[in-house]
Amino acid sequence: MPLSVLVLSGGISHERDVSLRSGRRVADGLLAHGVQVALRDPDASLLAHLKANRPDVVWPALHGASGEDGALRGLLEFIGVPYVGSRADAARLAWDKPTAKTIAARAGVPTPISITLPREAFRELGALGILEQISGEFSGPLVVKPAQGGSSQGVTIVENRELLPRAMVEAYTYWDVALIEQRITGTEIAVSILDTGDGPVALPPVEIVPLGGVYSYEARYTAGETRFYTPARMDPPVAERAARIALDAHRALGLRHLSRVDIIVDGAGTPWFLEANVMPGLTETSVYPQALDAGGYDPGLAYRALAEAALA
Amino acid sequence: MTDPRGTNLDPWYDSYAARTAGLAASEVRALFAVASRPEVVSLAGGMPFVSALPKELVQGALDRVLGDYGPQAMQYGSGQGLPRLREQILEVMALEGIRAGVDDLVVTTGSQHALELVTKLFIDPGDVVLAEAPSYVTALVVFRSFQADVQHVLTDDLGLVPEALRARIAELKAEGRSIKFLYTVPSFGNPSGVTLSWQRRMEILDICRSEGILVLEDNPYGLLWFDAPPPHAMRSVDEDGIVYLGTFSKTLAPGFRVGWALAPHAIREKLILANEAAILSPSSFSQYVISEYLDSADWRGQIDTFRGVYKERRDAMLHALDDYLPDLSWTHPDGGFYVWLRLPEHLDSKAMLPRAVKELVAYTPGTAFYSNGDGRSHMRLSFCYPTPEFIREGIRRLSVVINGELDLLSEFSQTAPLAAEQNPTEPVFVPPTSLT
Repeated sequence: MPLSVLVLSGGISHERDVSLRSGRRVADGLLAHGVQVALRDPDASLLAHLKANRPDVVWPALHGASGEDGALRGLLEFIGVPYVGSRADAARLAWDKPTAKTIAARAGVPTPISITLPREAFRELGALGILEQISGEFSGPLVVKPAQGGSSQGVTIVENRELLPRAMVEAYTYWDVALIEQRITGTEIAVSILDTGDGPVALPPVEIVPLGGVYSYEARYTAGETRFYTPARMDPPVAERAARIALDAHRALGLRHLSRVDIIVDGAGTPWFLEANVMPGLTETSVYPQALDAGGYDPGLAYRALAEAALA
Repeated sequence: MTDPRGTNLDPWYDSYAARTAGLAASEVRALFAVASRPEVVSLAGGMPFVSALPKELVQGALDRVLGDYGPQAMQYGSGQGLPRLREQILEVMALEGIRAGVDDLVVTTGSQHALELVTKLFIDPGDVVLAEAPSYVTALVVFRSFQADVQHVLTDDLGLVPEALRARIAELKAEGRSIKFLYTVPSFGNPSGVTLSWQRRMEILDICRSEGILVLEDNPYGLLWFDAPPPHAMRSVDEDGIVYLGTFSKTLAPGFRVGWALAPHAIREKLILANEAAILSPSSFSQYVISEYLDSADWRGQIDTFRGVYKERRDAMLHALDDYLPDLSWTHPDGGFYVWLRLPEHLDSKAMLPRAVKELVAYTPGTAFYSNGDGRSHMRLSFCYPTPEFIREGIRRLSVVINGELDLLSEFSQTAPLAAEQNPTEPVFVPPTSLT
């Protein structure tokens, strides 16, 4: 009997569109390698469907809430269906950017200084005072992002402090907690991690150079708008340091099977951890499949190997 | 080894025509993907409620086409369209006061295609298209794709303002600009729902005649009136200065993809050639089925049925707005599909969309209907597809979104100006099918 895999994609998060594209790519890759694949948009009928048509493995190609926040993974664990990717508890920690930064920092991984501000804090303490304080404490440009979410949605780079309130509003439109982080100027790279059962391996780092200067939603998902260099154009010792902190973060967060760690390498060659993604984008323009290619892996085979690892 | 040039994942990136510059992924468009989920009340899309069309009416027409005209219906046809259908289109247009000859018509793949063909015929890069403010989003996308410079003209509750049109034409002519046509949806406009009064129709025609500007009259909703019919089409009084676009998408079903252009003879000849160059001929099969339907079904009665459905939904939306958002203002359409809602000061409909999606309601941000970045303080609400109950629930959710956003802005309003940048934005192509 061929391995049967249910690929979940879509969902109801802000990243639904990206997930639909990732899911189709994963399904195509699995199909090309002899796996019996079904593709499904998770909805109210999912649990009943899993009960009646139990696959060997679920491959949750879901980005954003419920897919990456551990909720769906927790349910799969509860009903005993193996799945690809990090366990629910680890996903929950990685999904929340401030929590992930704290865990990474405790493991000795450098991460830019930041402050996490729930919207409630502004209600209680007043926006004016908080923002003045922030402006005083941080130097240089800032990055404001929703504490949870992906694909750069709700993310603003603040060069001019007068625009900080607007950036906060944009972040809070996506999530009720915002992360304000010192912007590190340098080379943007992503290190993809693959673990098919023999321990996590860092794939060659991918350097990301958006034509417009910012790796925005448009730059991520419009082919041609970003130039990628794989492996990243950096001295081998710097690349090794980046790979090491990516693996350190992956392990510290307790991640499993696959992840993508986003890093900025500053002018002195220090890599800074920004965030870890437990279900990285797998679309035509995503970094993870490029890293697989560069690492000598056929993406379809890698997706099958991950499904097999989930069964083990 | 790293390729020193890297890759941009698109080997043809440098080969695209300049006119494709706006064709990029969009965060707003991505958010609409969620609107197709059943949990979401979508007030965003413009999908006609085709379930109100009894399927046996179409089935009967289909059976007769296959039985009586099978080979012809499955063959290429005339680039101008099926003559019998063109005769019937004359009957449809007569309901709005239009008299024309069967040779004046060109059948197209929906009126959207007619819009593209007319634009292709007239627009060189940089040419000016005058359009209502706000204007139909996918017309803006077409104009943009031919590198037109869309200049919006003020509208109010009676539609396009003639004085504003006159002034804008004078300004543009003083700058030496080439104005190619005025694009207008005069009856139950998209997105405003507003109808141009008869007096203004005449004034605008006078202005365009005297300035030598062609009028592109797009009339998808004119027959879908609720209480009283709108004024007759502008084409009913002017044969020479107007290209008129019609469609079966709203009065029958959009799946047939059949529309038409009624044009002065010289333009019509070019339209036929352009139509043939693009598609050889419009779908014979769809044309035969529609022709058979018009022959055998009570199509006028079916339009009445649609009117009743949409009127009930319009009423549901207006009542819900009264109940849940009494402090805001909106248009009161007498037909068509849309209400145009004005938000409180400083609210930005585009920036607010993620919160709406989180609350499981979708709308179309006002910026989609402008080519210059305006429209942030408005949104388009569609009442054509969701049931009255869903419309009410959607407006309730929208009120939660708006109040939440107002709270947020009030917290930050003491700190600095919150207005988003008013940079011109590319119109986002909003596919109707993904929104309901």
